[in-house]
Amino acid sequence: MNAFPMSVANLSSDAPLPYKGRLAMFVLIAAESAIFTIFVMAYIYYIGRSLSGPTPQQVLDVPILNTAFLLSSSLTIWLAERALARRAIDVFRAFWALTILFGAIFLFGTAREWYKLITVDGLTVSTNLFGTTYYSLVGLHALHVVVGLILLVAVFVLSVITKLRPQDTQRVQVLALYWHFVDCVWVVVFTVVYVIGR
Amino acid sequence: MSESSISLPGGLPEAGTKEVSKGTSASVVEALQEWVITVDHKKLGVLYILYGLVMFAVAGIEVLLIRIQLAAPGNHVVSAQVFNRLFTMHGTTMIFFMVMPVVFGFGNYLMPLMLGVRDMAFPRLNAFSFWMTAFGGLLLYYSFLGGTGLQGAGTAPDVAWFAYAPLTERAFSRGHSTDFWALSLIVSGFGSIGTAVNFLATAFCLRCKGMKLFRMPLFVWLYIVTSALLILAVSPLTAAQVMLLIDRYLGGHFFDTQAGGSAVLWAHFFWIFGHPEVYVLVMPAFGMASEIIPVFSRKAIFGYAAMVAASVCIAFVSLSVWAHHMFTVGMSAPGNAFFALSTMIVGIPTGIKIFNWLATLWGGKIRFTVPMCFSLAFLFQFLIAGLTGIMLSVAPFNWQLHNSYFVVAHFHYVIVGAIVFMVFAGFYFWYPKVTGRLLNERLGKLHFWLFLIGFHLTFDFMHIPGILGMPRQIYTYEADRGWGPLNLVVSIGAFIQAAAVVIFVVNLLTSVFRGKLAGPDPWDAWTLEWTTSSPPPPYNFDVEPVVSSARPLWDLKHPEDPDSFNSGARS
Repeated sequence: MNAFPMSVANLSSDAPLPYKGRLAMFVLIAAESAIFTIFVMAYIYYIGRSLSGPTPQQVLDVPILNTAFLLSSSLTIWLAERALARRAIDVFRAFWALTILFGAIFLFGTAREWYKLITVDGLTVSTNLFGTTYYSLVGLHALHVVVGLILLVAVFVLSVITKLRPQDTQRVQVLALYWHFVDCVWVVVFTVVYVIGR
Repeated sequence: MSESSISLPGGLPEAGTKEVSKGTSASVVEALQEWVITVDHKKLGVLYILYGLVMFAVAGIEVLLIRIQLAAPGNHVVSAQVFNRLFTMHGTTMIFFMVMPVVFGFGNYLMPLMLGVRDMAFPRLNAFSFWMTAFGGLLLYYSFLGGTGLQGAGTAPDVAWFAYAPLTERAFSRGHSTDFWALSLIVSGFGSIGTAVNFLATAFCLRCKGMKLFRMPLFVWLYIVTSALLILAVSPLTAAQVMLLIDRYLGGHFFDTQAGGSAVLWAHFFWIFGHPEVYVLVMPAFGMASEIIPVFSRKAIFGYAAMVAASVCIAFVSLSVWAHHMFTVGMSAPGNAFFALSTMIVGIPTGIKIFNWLATLWGGKIRFTVPMCFSLAFLFQFLIAGLTGIMLSVAPFNWQLHNSYFVVAHFHYVIVGAIVFMVFAGFYFWYPKVTGRLLNERLGKLHFWLFLIGFHLTFDFMHIPGILGMPRQIYTYEADRGWGPLNLVVSIGAFIQAAAVVIFVVNLLTSVFRGKLAGPDPWDAWTLEWTTSSPPPPYNFDVEPVVSSARPLWDLKHPEDPDSFNSGARS
């Protein structure tokens, strides 16, 4: 049976295999990036091609405060991660809740912006090319924020009603990775919609 | 039972378990339920393949109707509108619901076995992906019933598989058929992305001891490349379909040319998906060839590292060639030159692969089994398909032949001549592992020769009407064009292929019960899937295998000349 002794020396040099959740999230982020790339390309391609108004210059305000909140949430989630890694659960919960709050404020800001655009400026998806591409791109990002918030809230509730086990740290980190991605995409969306397109 | 598996070093004696099935109706329901709720990679693999075969039959019947209609000039077997639906459904089904499920099935079944592990990285995601793919196909075919929208127009989608804008806009495609088309591709796209995530996570995070990246079978490497392409290709398609639905349901203007939208932008988005998709489909075929050709040449694969490098290289280049589908939209001269040249560059890594397979054959003790016959036909036909591809990459030549039957012949040479042939080889090669019994060799040879003759009658002769100017997607043509006899030959070939496929299906069904018992390793092969019993137990391996070379089973069988001793290049 043991016809050939396998060299054990070889085995010790095996590099440890990466955590599958982390790798899967990176792959998912690659896929999401491709989706966002297509929407961003469409937005850039159609800048200034609308046949009728309103134009971005007329109706868009730069959402600086909103952006600051979303980008800060990346910092708070990182602090939460660090707290969890050293098992400081209360600190973790505090920063995690702050992240959720910042994300919610961002979403509220987007909602207010859309409300103004629809009721005051009369811009909807079907008004012109700007409306179509703007609501699609910003909406796609907002959708990702919503999904992220749901997951963040789920983790928060879990951390309250049960005890987070040490192996959950990795999972929380995977979710944080997603949240960082959502923030990074906002930088691109912000640049394209509010800087280049305006 | 002592022969039911080959024990690896450190393995336990055969556990000797075998579930007993009773013929009562309760156990039938139980078995069915077990298949529905399963998260086992082997069962999901088989489900994928069965689903793909059913869709193969459906899309095959559609194409036979097309060929009857085109067999003679001025035929009126189907109306023009039905003809449009037929080729749309044929193309969409064959790509998304036949080839993709079948290659996913092979990957699902074999990848964990080849890597010496017990399941995929995310078994439940795996089940989710399968059911999404299956549901996508049902959505597509539900359009036959539900496609008639409020305006009472349309049944099945009739916008061709690339669905060029603005034909797909609400004003021109009434009813719901186009919505079903878009939704089914979004849904199955999620399934594909889930599968790709799973393949990548399995290959990178879940290998047995000693299975370094460069000891993985090439099959696994090729599935890694396929998965990477899936991630980068299917996502843009999903994005474009979402835009299309925004146009159709929310009154958006992405592809609405009357409001300043661009039809060319859709073409770009579709082909950014469409061209890498070809490689998504052909990479698994490369993987199968890289496993089957060495086993039946009795030699290790020539140039393992070069094969990996060439595959990755093809994947990279394939992401920058999409607009060679669009030379006739009138791009700038530098644009034309870029896409012509980048397309030709694909020929270099592809050539490396072909020469490596040839070098594997060179000096080998070739055994002409059925899988080997299909593999050799694959080699030849893939070469021809690649050569016509390079012809079409020359922009001025392309302007002449764009959307002609020459193009149709070219891509069918790739998809049937290369991919379907290789998938058939895979069926004959791994069927004994899945069922425990070999496929009938005589029926297999008959299948091979009939399919080969039918294939060449159809697709060799299809090039000529293309050069004579016959455009694709026309439902009939006039007698004085001189395309009649050629189309008749093409149609006859299609029916010969259909007969060959019927023989294949009969073989698949009867060999489950009457095939020769295979044992764990019927082909005297070298990779880990052949060390376990056929069919493998639910847990795959009694003990996780430990490997020290790319051909662990060779090491075991040839202790006097193990790979792991002279593995300087490959350890």
